[in-house]
Amino acid sequence: MSSVPERILPEFVPGARTAHRALAHESAVGHVTGGATYTDDIPEPRNLLHAWVRLSDRAHAGITRLDVEACRQAPGVVAVMTHDDLKAATDVGPVAPGDLVFADGEVTYWGQALFAVAADSIDSARRAAMLAEVKYEEREAILDIRQALERDAAVSPVRTIVQGDPEGAIRGSAHRIRGQLAIGGQDHFYLEGQVAMAVPQEGGDMLVYSSTQHPSEVQHLVAGVLGLPDHAVVVEARRLGGGFGGKETQAAHIAAIAAVLAQQAGRPVKLRLDRDDDMILTGKRHDFLVKYEAGFDPDGRLEGVDFMLASRCGISPDLSDAINDRAMYHADNAYYLPNVRIVSHRCRTNTVSNTAFRGFGGPQGMMAIEYVLDEVARYLGRDPLDVRKTNLYGVEERNLTPYGQVVEDNILPRLFEQVERSADYAARRRAVDAFNRENPVLRKGIAITPVKFGISFTTTHLNQGGALVLVYTDGSVQLNHGGIEMGQGLYTKVAQLVAEEFGIALDRVRVTATTTGKVPNTSATAASAGSDLNGAAAVEACRKIKGRLRDFAAGRFGIAGESLRFEADALHAGEQRLCSFAELCKQAHLGRIQLSDTGFYATPDIHVDKDTMRGKPFYYFAYGIACAEVVVDSLTGEYRVLRADVIHDCGQSLNPAVDMGQVEGGFIQGMGWLTTEELYWDDRGRLMTHAPSTYKIPVASDVPDDFRVELASWSRNRAAAVRRSKAVGEPPLMLGISVFHALKDAIASLAPKGCSVHLDAPATPERVLLAMERLRRATDPAAAGEPVEEDAES
Amino acid sequence: MANAVRFLLGFEEQTVSDADPNMTVLSWLRTVAGRCGTKEGCAEGDCGACTVVLGEPDDQGGLRYRAVNACILFLPVLHGRQLVTVEHLRESDGRLHPAQEAMVACHGSQCGFCTPGFVMSLFALFHNERDADRRRIEDVIAGNLCRCTGYRPILDAAQRMLAMGGEDRFSRREEETLSRLRELDDGEMLTLAGAGRRYFAPRTVDALAELRRQYPEATMLAGGTDVGLWVTKQHRDLDTLVYTGSVAGLDSIEEHADTLDIGAAVTHSTAMERIAAHYPDFGELLRRFASVQIRNSGTLGGNIANASPIGDSMPVLIALGAELVLRRGHERRSLPIEDFFLDYRKTALTQGEFLERIRIPVAGADRTLRCYKISKRFDQDISAVCLAVCLRLDGDRVAAIRIGVGGMAAIPARARAVEQALAGRSWNDDAVEAACAVLEREFQPLTDMRAGADYRRLVTRQLLRKCLLETTRPAVATRVLEYREVSA
Repeated sequence: MSSVPERILPEFVPGARTAHRALAHESAVGHVTGGATYTDDIPEPRNLLHAWVRLSDRAHAGITRLDVEACRQAPGVVAVMTHDDLKAATDVGPVAPGDLVFADGEVTYWGQALFAVAADSIDSARRAAMLAEVKYEEREAILDIRQALERDAAVSPVRTIVQGDPEGAIRGSAHRIRGQLAIGGQDHFYLEGQVAMAVPQEGGDMLVYSSTQHPSEVQHLVAGVLGLPDHAVVVEARRLGGGFGGKETQAAHIAAIAAVLAQQAGRPVKLRLDRDDDMILTGKRHDFLVKYEAGFDPDGRLEGVDFMLASRCGISPDLSDAINDRAMYHADNAYYLPNVRIVSHRCRTNTVSNTAFRGFGGPQGMMAIEYVLDEVARYLGRDPLDVRKTNLYGVEERNLTPYGQVVEDNILPRLFEQVERSADYAARRRAVDAFNRENPVLRKGIAITPVKFGISFTTTHLNQGGALVLVYTDGSVQLNHGGIEMGQGLYTKVAQLVAEEFGIALDRVRVTATTTGKVPNTSATAASAGSDLNGAAAVEACRKIKGRLRDFAAGRFGIAGESLRFEADALHAGEQRLCSFAELCKQAHLGRIQLSDTGFYATPDIHVDKDTMRGKPFYYFAYGIACAEVVVDSLTGEYRVLRADVIHDCGQSLNPAVDMGQVEGGFIQGMGWLTTEELYWDDRGRLMTHAPSTYKIPVASDVPDDFRVELASWSRNRAAAVRRSKAVGEPPLMLGISVFHALKDAIASLAPKGCSVHLDAPATPERVLLAMERLRRATDPAAAGEPVEEDAES
Repeated sequence: MANAVRFLLGFEEQTVSDADPNMTVLSWLRTVAGRCGTKEGCAEGDCGACTVVLGEPDDQGGLRYRAVNACILFLPVLHGRQLVTVEHLRESDGRLHPAQEAMVACHGSQCGFCTPGFVMSLFALFHNERDADRRRIEDVIAGNLCRCTGYRPILDAAQRMLAMGGEDRFSRREEETLSRLRELDDGEMLTLAGAGRRYFAPRTVDALAELRRQYPEATMLAGGTDVGLWVTKQHRDLDTLVYTGSVAGLDSIEEHADTLDIGAAVTHSTAMERIAAHYPDFGELLRRFASVQIRNSGTLGGNIANASPIGDSMPVLIALGAELVLRRGHERRSLPIEDFFLDYRKTALTQGEFLERIRIPVAGADRTLRCYKISKRFDQDISAVCLAVCLRLDGDRVAAIRIGVGGMAAIPARARAVEQALAGRSWNDDAVEAACAVLEREFQPLTDMRAGADYRRLVTRQLLRKCLLETTRPAVATRVLEYREVSA
């Protein structure tokens, strides 16, 4: 029997009773007993119909015939909707049009929705959907970034950030490198697939249960396709079985299809996508092609960098502009780039429209600069860690980002110092090098990479949140806010904040399902901003109620309001306990004091010039650092992660257990993106990896054997975010970049110092082996017997 | 003759007489029984969100519990078994099961959607192995995907649960459950008709042979880990199913002096244990071949008879020179396994014939078997390339060699030309390099989503080189899966 590991979590803010404490997820017992209800588990209403969507099997083609008559006549079928049957809006594009509910005379990607059927069972709906007659006239398709660049196909114009004189600086540098890197996309693989149930209400209204990160947008878009005002549509979501950005805009399409069928049939309709259809029909993380040129001094200090970032956006704009903006805003990561140009191409392709995914372009931007620094180090024959440290943002100087924001809260030097010590980097670097000298087959690599991630939606107006707090006369509290619980622990954190405000126990606070009927006009739960925005809004609501209670109690007890404290389930003045919180609420109600209120929060102090992209897009930065060590089989390219050390900055964590979960889970998800998770389209534009049998996310045995994760408990948010915490949803994903660079390091061991190591992502065993073969061929003519092709890009 | 599916749902007896034989257990749970704790994540047995546990009598008179995927398990397979889902685990006073309690204490759930499946995998572990170490636990949950946690807290929870130990309501009621299960199953053949489809679960090999003759077009159902997907993914109608999992003797393993004789209905889990004792490398390959849930349902016989090009056991069985016993009525014939596969999904089975047993040679300590599986992910992934080499050396001469490869052609194949290039030669670099050149000509692999053709060719050559290295310089570390030392 091995000993049971104990994860030691740091203590934050010792005085707090509920906030900052490592409490269990509010639904933990529901999760483990099967009692937690997801959209597909909601008791089905009478007369429920089930929907099936027929997908196109061409990447780009005119539809010369779409005959659904046989579908309408099939057993059990109640409604069939095609583009021509839609009565109002036909597009569910979130920011700009381009996302058709159903194809209109033309299909523009493989897997596009042609039409949908509602029938008395999933099976009848599916069988009926297959009966349609569809004829196509194939058109030429643009399938990848290269083709799109060649043909100037874009979903929106090229954008550029320039600072200093990059061209001149590169030209004047002692050393220069140039190269390119292909970075693969990623499927969200939320365990709960896309699902929505639309239930017609009286007067033509529609209630939609949707697995969405953005109920307000679903409400608005569903109202649009139904031809109704927003007030006639209510969207509700209690919890999601994972989102990761995949349900930010993509859920609206699913909900819209369910809603138009329900309106047509006059009966409730549920659409739950089969996993394969989900992966084919919905967008993913953008794959990128990066070209770079860099000039640097003999220490590896970057003097000028020129980046071309091109991403595959798919067929429509969706959120691609904001995603590519964020990629540009993160092409510096942790490093000062005095002279830099970042050119961003938003490529239009005949593939599914790519969308938000944890990190939202940031990971791709960071990969670009981390890759460049690694190549600089390879060129100079130096340890990449030294080159990274040489280029770090300064604290008082060298702290201006390419977009004009000053990095005011830089804790990177301390993180580097801490991880080098805790991971014993110097000794392990020597041991790795020694190992590689001694072992003919296995090779090791080690790498440290940092994360600096900007917090705030770069679309400034989205930085707002709302809450509704209802206190009842028994002192129990119902809490509702605009955020979505998708596993990240948002409901738990906001409930902790509310309990802390009122000084009551956590079980006196009940979080209810997020609904557009309680808190309107919300932003998506995205950009890691969930607890910053909704937590602050909930606290504001609590403080309004507390203010009234305080005034009431001051009169009742004849004590100055400012000396009253809410703690230990009671109202206190000094050492004196005046009455229980429940009694106070009861008395206040009798005194006709309002016990409920709304709260609202808008992030202060942020602004961006839309044209130049300069300004202060981020309220603050969240930081982290990771050190990964891998072992690679140089005969096959297979590898494992032996150890990873992570230190992550959550500011004054609102819940260290929840945050630890975000950090560890993010690391593994980021590692998966860059290692085993490979999306593969065939030459006709058909996604071939559309199920867990072919698309490989990490499993338990892929977790580093030795996985040491710490929260930087000493970090306190300099910005006035709620209780000085920091957002944590996305930043840890990019810690996984350390694994990619450890692999690159192991590959580099096969060649003498000074050799470039080309490795595209994801670094599957195949890419690792081919990268090794290229090095062996380049450096040892005797080993040149093996033909090696360049990796296909994107 | 039984003509209704009778089983225990938790401790509650269920009789389903008009079941559609193509209905999955998951679908029945969620849509008929109204138990939504068990989730659908993929409907292909690859994510584990639907994991449930089946209880059934073992051969020692006890009750054994095994985790399976409900999404590709047909309802009639429950006959005579106990179906345990996440809703059954709490004690009657509401206390959580150790698996649940540990998951809560270790913060093992985030979005919670995969959690019921993990809890059920841990529940099976609780009943089967109290001394599992971390690596064994990793294997136990390799068939459960989690996208949120990164698994560390779930691994911790498993260890915590094992340390808690104790009993649960299922172990306390074991005797009662056993006797109720015996009452449910009268030992007769189960025959069902529902939704216009037929299902037979014969109890003897003779009865199976007769059904096979009577219904030559019927689908043979063993573990259903592939056939299940024909329904859930290909939406095929399987009108007549003949289930091999209740046939006495077809699930037996006989150890002879020189062969391991394995019944066609033996599950991978059972086969793996016995095979690993003789061939550790083969055991490890079978471990990686599929998750615990799939190994608990799927059978070695099914993997062969179904002639899927991606079955990992075939290249090894080819290398070992396994023989298949095929039966039609009362006639039997045996065939070397490499002659069984004719083309993509085509076998040598004639109409009415079925695979009865697999005979694996075990004699000869002088034989060395090396198995290699190349995939993007180590656990529960389909091979890009699979290579098995069975080698007998006489001094440094290759006295005998058999090589099976998967992923290099439409069917699992024997690398005869490579074998010939090596036979009788000194087992050294020169011979292997010559063999690599032959290999290059013998196979023309494809490029697909698992790997490019160039990589497949290159890595297969590299694996031959690795085999040479491992058999001649055993001190050299060559396997990343076994290498666990962090630099210090």
